[in-house]
Amino acid sequence: MSSGYRSPTARPMSFIWTRRIVLTLMAIFAALPVYVMISTSLKPLRDVTAKFQWIPGDLTLRPYVDIWHTVPLAHYFVNSIIVSAAATGLSVAIAIFAAYAVSRYHFRGKRVFTITVLSTQMFPGILFLLPLFLIFVNIGNTTGIALYGSRAGLIITYLTFSLPFSIWMLAGYMESIPRGLDEAAMVDGCGPLGALFRVVIPAAVPGIVAVAVYAFMTAWSEVLFASVMTNDTTRTLAVGLRGYSTQYDVYWNQVMAASLVVSVPVVAGFLLLQRYLVTGLTAGAVK
Amino acid sequence: MATTTGTTAPSQGENSLSGSARPRKKPRRSYKVGRGAIPYLLILPAVLMELLIHLVPMVVGVVMSFKELTQFYIRNWGAAPWRGLGNYRVAVDFNSAIGHALLHSFLITCAFTVLAVGCSWLLGITGAILMQDAFRGRGFLRALFMTPYALPVYASVIIWAFMLQHDNGLVNHVLHDQLHLTSKPAFWLIGNNSFISIVVVSIWRNWPFALLVLMAGMQNIPDELYEASAIDGAGVWQQIRRITMPSLRPINQVLVLVLFLWTFNDFNVPYVLFGASAPAAGDLISIHIYQASFLTWNFGSGSAMSVLLLLFLLVVTTVYLALTSLRSRRTHV
Repeated sequence: MSSGYRSPTARPMSFIWTRRIVLTLMAIFAALPVYVMISTSLKPLRDVTAKFQWIPGDLTLRPYVDIWHTVPLAHYFVNSIIVSAAATGLSVAIAIFAAYAVSRYHFRGKRVFTITVLSTQMFPGILFLLPLFLIFVNIGNTTGIALYGSRAGLIITYLTFSLPFSIWMLAGYMESIPRGLDEAAMVDGCGPLGALFRVVIPAAVPGIVAVAVYAFMTAWSEVLFASVMTNDTTRTLAVGLRGYSTQYDVYWNQVMAASLVVSVPVVAGFLLLQRYLVTGLTAGAVK
Repeated sequence: MATTTGTTAPSQGENSLSGSARPRKKPRRSYKVGRGAIPYLLILPAVLMELLIHLVPMVVGVVMSFKELTQFYIRNWGAAPWRGLGNYRVAVDFNSAIGHALLHSFLITCAFTVLAVGCSWLLGITGAILMQDAFRGRGFLRALFMTPYALPVYASVIIWAFMLQHDNGLVNHVLHDQLHLTSKPAFWLIGNNSFISIVVVSIWRNWPFALLVLMAGMQNIPDELYEASAIDGAGVWQQIRRITMPSLRPINQVLVLVLFLWTFNDFNVPYVLFGASAPAAGDLISIHIYQASFLTWNFGSGSAMSVLLLLFLLVVTTVYLALTSLRSRRTHV
């Protein structure tokens, strides 16, 4: 098993020093806002509204207590978790079936299907926001199924956002799984679905994990549809975080504390699973 | 020296599965046409969702763009009167206020996209090349570089909004108070500087994606190529030029396209940075259409602008793919 990285053979000092300097600058660029977020979240409000301080004068954990009262953050949190988890689960399940069909079968319309699905990535979100808004409103008016303003509406919207990329990447990943494996399973008496569940899915776990991370991040971070398609009870974090700015004042320390709190689930998940993402990309997408 | 392309890169061992791969001499009956409904049943859920959320709304959007769909017809949009090409005519009439504003927004978006995509790619490829070797702290750096991409956009861009504040922001503190580069503190979120702000924030957010994809792509370049070229006496810079860059060409083709489409359509970054009313210098197209639709409730005209945007993106994508495929085919021969 090759690590994929070149062993440190002799490198000229010019290269080593370029590397040190450039990577340091990049690290500062990447880390600066993260530092500002953490340090600001530990400052009292009067220090935040005055001139910026690199090192916090007074440290306080007060913002981390206040964030839960200033806006119903816990409520938004629950909404975001429900919406993102449901969208991720459904998206991954649908993508697995579709990717299995694309990678294992020749069928009429396959090219049309894959190209259409991928080209939806090109659509400006704004193009189908307006019609979708009207469709949801009108479905609600005629059938009584409340999609506009409901979690269900947001879930089915988000799951399609991650679907194209997930199908594409999983299909590529499944291509790399030897077909002999599922053929053997079929010889042993499994149907196509049996082969999918007993052989292909267990073998594709890294790809599936990568796709799930991607789907969760997509749903957790979406702003445009969340700001139009939710109401007071279904509001998600993407919209709820605006509550810390009132007409007169912005509670910047609370904004930063809340940003940190809502980022922890996705950033931790992403960093823990980024290995899978790279492996999945290598196998699926970049071939 | 052998001409090398990434397409010949063998698949990595780590992706193939341990365990017993049976010999592949079995009859391939399960992959033939005419196995009936199974593949169609498998893709059915995906097709239904795509129809509901993407394709039907797109068709509806195109229909809407030919209607006079103002707030009076929202509840019953079927009753809205037809306007023919009227919405389009207004949108591309650059002498009218609406058309002029749209053109301005379009040009701003083009400049923004070129700068943001170019710099993101440049940072990504630089980082990927410099991190190709194993060295101490490499894993930590990779995690750090990925963090801006992993942060939810509404949490990370609001940090930038704070850093760019006029009175209590970090940027003015550094540029004005500490380095004395400006005669007085600048405004970064209104006026002409807002263009710089949106470009920088967009780069900060998107370059890790370029880095991730390029690092994944570099894993597929076989070590032997580098070893062979080292024996031939190639230095590290030459290796980058002769091996790394040509091998990455197919990945770059897709990566630049994806970055272009995402950046051009980006709504989240400008929306969180500026709020619903963007300054003229940062008036990106998706924000512009959003405002034209939801603030004035003129969905017909907003849809016409969206359709024009989609047509533009289609043309650019087609031309880009045709050009890049042509070039790579030529160089491969």
